[in-house]
Amino acid sequence: MGEKMLITARGLSVSYRIGKGLFTQTSLKAVDNVSLNIRKGSFFGLVGESGSGKTTLGRALLRAAPISDGSAIYQDDEVEYDLTRIEKAELEDYRRRAQLIFQDPYAALSPRMTVRDIIAEPLEVMKITSSREETDARVREIAAKCRLNLEHLRRFPHAFSGGQRQRISIARALVSHPQFIIADEAVAALDVSIQADVLNLLKQLQAEMGLTFMFISHDLSVVAHTCDHVAVMYLGRLVEIAPTRKLFAAPKHPYTKALFSAIPSLNPDERGTAQKLEGEIPSPTNQPPGCKFHTRCPHAVDICKSDEPKLEVADGEHEVACHRWKELFA
Amino acid sequence: MVSVMLRTRIRISAGKVTVMSALIDVRNLTLKFHTDEGLITAVDNVSFSLNRGEVMGLVGESGSGKSVTAKSLMHLNPSNAVYTGESQITLNTDSGPVDVLSLNRPADLKVVRGGAVSMIFQEPMASFAPSISIGKQMIEQLQLHSDMTTQQAREISIEMLDRVGISDPSRRIDQYAFELSGGMRQRAMIAMALSTKPKLLIADEPTTALDVTIQAQVLDLMKDLVKEFNMAIIFITHDLGVVAQTADKVSVMYLGRVVEEGPVREVINKPKHPYTRGLLAALPRLDDLDAPLTPVPGDIPSPLERPDGCVFSTRCTEIAGEICSSRIPLEEWIDPSHRVACHLYQKGGA
Repeated sequence: MGEKMLITARGLSVSYRIGKGLFTQTSLKAVDNVSLNIRKGSFFGLVGESGSGKTTLGRALLRAAPISDGSAIYQDDEVEYDLTRIEKAELEDYRRRAQLIFQDPYAALSPRMTVRDIIAEPLEVMKITSSREETDARVREIAAKCRLNLEHLRRFPHAFSGGQRQRISIARALVSHPQFIIADEAVAALDVSIQADVLNLLKQLQAEMGLTFMFISHDLSVVAHTCDHVAVMYLGRLVEIAPTRKLFAAPKHPYTKALFSAIPSLNPDERGTAQKLEGEIPSPTNQPPGCKFHTRCPHAVDICKSDEPKLEVADGEHEVACHRWKELFA
Repeated sequence: MVSVMLRTRIRISAGKVTVMSALIDVRNLTLKFHTDEGLITAVDNVSFSLNRGEVMGLVGESGSGKSVTAKSLMHLNPSNAVYTGESQITLNTDSGPVDVLSLNRPADLKVVRGGAVSMIFQEPMASFAPSISIGKQMIEQLQLHSDMTTQQAREISIEMLDRVGISDPSRRIDQYAFELSGGMRQRAMIAMALSTKPKLLIADEPTTALDVTIQAQVLDLMKDLVKEFNMAIIFITHDLGVVAQTADKVSVMYLGRVVEEGPVREVINKPKHPYTRGLLAALPRLDDLDAPLTPVPGDIPSPLERPDGCVFSTRCTEIAGEICSSRIPLEEWIDPSHRVACHLYQKGGA
């Protein structure tokens, strides 16, 4: 197809050591054996409940969480980096190419800096621009793209609403002209109307600047509307990955199915039709054997309790990790 | 100043005992806050009533006055709040109607705070004291509202925890909030709010911080409890999906005013007010992935700069005419249960 992958991860794991006792050294696998490709110029969605490891996976791809196993390659038109080995100058360069947008626009912006200084900071820290004039020009350019009023640049963040603050955060993330953006719950704290506005802005910026997004969210309807591909995580593993339309038209993993049916329908006549998922996601320090989802799965049988299913191709780009998907959802 | 206003209001309400069938009746509620920057109108002439067993969804953007309205029902707003003269909130309790806004002494307020009215909040971690066990907090509030012994209160608390689906409640009751997961904490919060058997439960974004799967569990639980206890619920949320799944009727608020109120089917399927339509158009819908997301243009104005005329006129895409920015639209009843405040629907022409 000739389509280029910006991120290629194979067997990626992130584990943390917990318990400092002499004989009680245990580790917590927050991300376990994840393989995925993120196409250049795509909007890649990552969904799952809290505790599923989606934020940790995002951080690992930014080299903000330690990769303990597996490989991850970043490749754009100019450079190729092995994210497990990247260091010093290369890492600094990667920081310019990969940026993060945070969830809470109230906590992410320093109240003591003007909007101009907030947006300019990455340029100064990464020494991308060499003069104040150049910095100002870059700040003005990106501010205009993010639909910020130029006279807003002199003000402090407290003067702005949630939507405007999130646009400031976006401008700050984009000012270094990155290729890869991870948006971690970037619209979760916003009202629906502002959420729609910010999503439209992100899509527009993606098209204009040729950006690649990893969009982490627990809100499936938002993901359905913005992403091209979606990966579903549960307890550190990918359980299903597919092009958005395929996934929403015919999910093949019982967990994905349950997630979809838990979304409150906007139709008041469709009440109580949700297929209920009992219980909660298990603690990552005390993971069940076999399929991690079997403790909550309505379709679990013996093999699910002992053997862990591998991600297999169901149909073209649609992959699923479930022992019984063929008989249940094929 | 506050006390003067309160006294005037009591006099007005003393001679007026009219609407009695509803559990709670709010009439012309107007609430302003004294701030350094001036007097801010947070709630502007809001009226609604709610019967037992009814669930009302209160929706609107942040800053629309949903929470402040709900807190007024428990007389729970801070001391810089001023209720204007016509504001009236009547709560029908077993021992007769109570004029909520005239209550002043802590002993009297017990009736509405945790007695006949309970409230649950968005962030359950912030609602439990971190260093006191869940059980101790539940027992304390039960004893505050009744003359139970500690042992009786403990038994009732365990029963309530069991009722909301917390496994092993006799062990959980001695745990602290941080030992419970998010969903579990929210259940414990609901158990605590319901243990005094309130007539009205105010739920302020109770599922916003929860995952969809847990949200579905909590919503189910709340629906069951409405039936079991024949309670009324005011559900404050910005999620119209949650409203569609739980509410009987919906009130849409914007900048302190109710712009539309009606049965949930009517409001969601046939919204009348341009703001309600705007909220629905901004919502990503799963039944149509190609539908564009259309935000309501602009931002909600600062409460210090309330627009003249219709409060929504600065962002409205369906302006009826010049009248929108000069005259406040009156509420029109589209049918006996559905009302809207918009010049598009003013009878006798604009």
